[in-house]
Amino acid sequence: MLRMEGVSKSYHHRTSPVTALRDANIEMNRGDYVSIVGPSGSGKSTLLLMLGGMLSPTGGRVYVDGRSLYDMTPNERAAFRKKNVGFVFQTFNLVPYLTAVENVQVPLFLAGTDEATQRDHASSLLGRVGLGDRLDHKPSELSVGQQQRVALARVLANDPGIILADEPTGNLDPETGRQVIEFFDELNKEGRTIVIVTHDPRAAERAKTTLRLVNGTVLNGKAESGRAEHA
Amino acid sequence: MRLRTLVWREIFERKNQLATSFLAIFLGVTAIVAIKNITFYSEKAVARELDALGANILVLPKSATVQDYYSADMQEETIPEAYVTQLSMSDLQGLDNLSPKLSVPVGLMGRRVILTGILPKCEFQAKAMWEGAGIFTRPDEGCGDITDVPDVFKPPVKETLVRQRVIDNLETDEALVGADVEALLGVEEGDSLDLLGRTFKVSAALPQTGTVDDSRVFVHLHTVQEMTDQGAVINAIEIVGCCQEISAGLVEKINKMLPDAKVITVTQVVDTQVKTNHMMASLSTVFLVIIVLVGGASIANYMYANVFERRREIGTLMALGAGSSVILRMFLLKGLLLGLVGGVGGYVLGTVLAVTFGPRLAGIVVMPMPGLVLWAVGLSVGIALVASCLPARNAARLDPCATFQEL
Repeated sequence: MLRMEGVSKSYHHRTSPVTALRDANIEMNRGDYVSIVGPSGSGKSTLLLMLGGMLSPTGGRVYVDGRSLYDMTPNERAAFRKKNVGFVFQTFNLVPYLTAVENVQVPLFLAGTDEATQRDHASSLLGRVGLGDRLDHKPSELSVGQQQRVALARVLANDPGIILADEPTGNLDPETGRQVIEFFDELNKEGRTIVIVTHDPRAAERAKTTLRLVNGTVLNGKAESGRAEHA
Repeated sequence: MRLRTLVWREIFERKNQLATSFLAIFLGVTAIVAIKNITFYSEKAVARELDALGANILVLPKSATVQDYYSADMQEETIPEAYVTQLSMSDLQGLDNLSPKLSVPVGLMGRRVILTGILPKCEFQAKAMWEGAGIFTRPDEGCGDITDVPDVFKPPVKETLVRQRVIDNLETDEALVGADVEALLGVEEGDSLDLLGRTFKVSAALPQTGTVDDSRVFVHLHTVQEMTDQGAVINAIEIVGCCQEISAGLVEKINKMLPDAKVITVTQVVDTQVKTNHMMASLSTVFLVIIVLVGGASIANYMYANVFERRREIGTLMALGAGSSVILRMFLLKGLLLGLVGGVGGYVLGTVLAVTFGPRLAGIVVMPMPGLVLWAVGLSVGIALVASCLPARNAARLDPCATFQEL
């Protein structure tokens, strides 16, 4: 379903060439739960962005369901993301001037859903993450844990098959982090593909497959530790 | 959630940052609406004042001089009255009023006064309409026209002779007397006058003009021609012409049409009107340029800063599936709202200022001009959209991954 073939990414920082990712070959199937680990600057986030159609590679190809993602136009990729991909960010990236329910409505608005349905669906999603009583709160009026839960509700708005998360527990206290990890487990059980970039060993261990990156190189593409070991 | 909800909420979230550029466009439109409004009524007022100075083109016999004209146009030589018909039937642009005159000295109650024959406007109109052509069938030229100004500018019927050199109606037994005649001879409206053996009824006494007109008694032209046995001749034709048309060669055209007459421009009058109009037009243009530059630069600057500040938000929207057109529309809609509110607000405040301060600053009555609202909104929206175009395009072309600092 998700496949990278010989993908590399390099750019110039001032005058020096920097290689963020080199010759990555990865394959993930529908319903996989993959964690990507590695030291800072090893290319984890670069890889995640490429899987989400947000960053074009210097070399190689990225396929989703057999379609080459970067042979699409930018607007086609945006349409693809709208329908198939949900992003979760370390700093949540909520729109600060919108309320919780309006933030969750954004993907629905982009998908052309009518306003009444947007509001109903967004409210029920916030109810699912335990924020049914915080619909009209702005992000600044919510705790960081609550903000991440709004972001998780937003991810689910268009019912994506693929969820890409970049350090989703990085800014959270251990208890809230645990809740978020459990939420990802739940989403995976629903059949969604989860790819999570993390420094958090607990989050990484919950994945079925762990990919390790060092200096832009994927060291292994095989499952290292299954969830069964930790169950 | 709609696009306008996103735009509206963002505007209110960061209203302080928006305030400067909004003020630039709002105050700019206010200033230009106020100036345009005052200018419009100032031009009318100036035109009215210049009308009071009299005609700006004279058609005289070949041998006559301007001095002859100012000494009551009683030169010996005459020109045919047919010239008047010829002019009124012509297709010349810019002839607002024609006034043929025949003047003779007469004695009245032991004093010497000037008896001047004039032709009322109704007789031109009747002839022109009968012929189906000429100056009275053309749309109003507008130069020096004060009929669309509120009532305060409308002179009494008979006083149009002083201001516009014509009157609409004058019966063959009616007379109008100048201010000096009225004062010296004690003649009043409704009195009878005996002139050259005929009796006339005074239908109006004219206001003081400070010119030779104050010593005149005006009666119907054809009556004077009949009384003096001179036939269908006149001493002069006074023309109130449109100053712009005079500048564009109206005098030469009249000269060509009437080669046996002398055509003279009263240059001071024409120059003053043309200069005033140019000055007003230049003032408006200067303000227009200032508002385009200052308002446009301020909005563009704000929009660029806004795009930079919202890079992460733009990247998030793109990650959620927003295409470049959504981002582009988001910023253009913001520019449109800014322009609309600035334009309408600027029109309202500009009109209030013009109506309130116009009389104090320029000494004229200023009325609201509803037509300016479209102009103001069009200008404001145009500036805001043009200024927002490049920042909006930059936003739509942002690299989404470069907008996330933590990545």
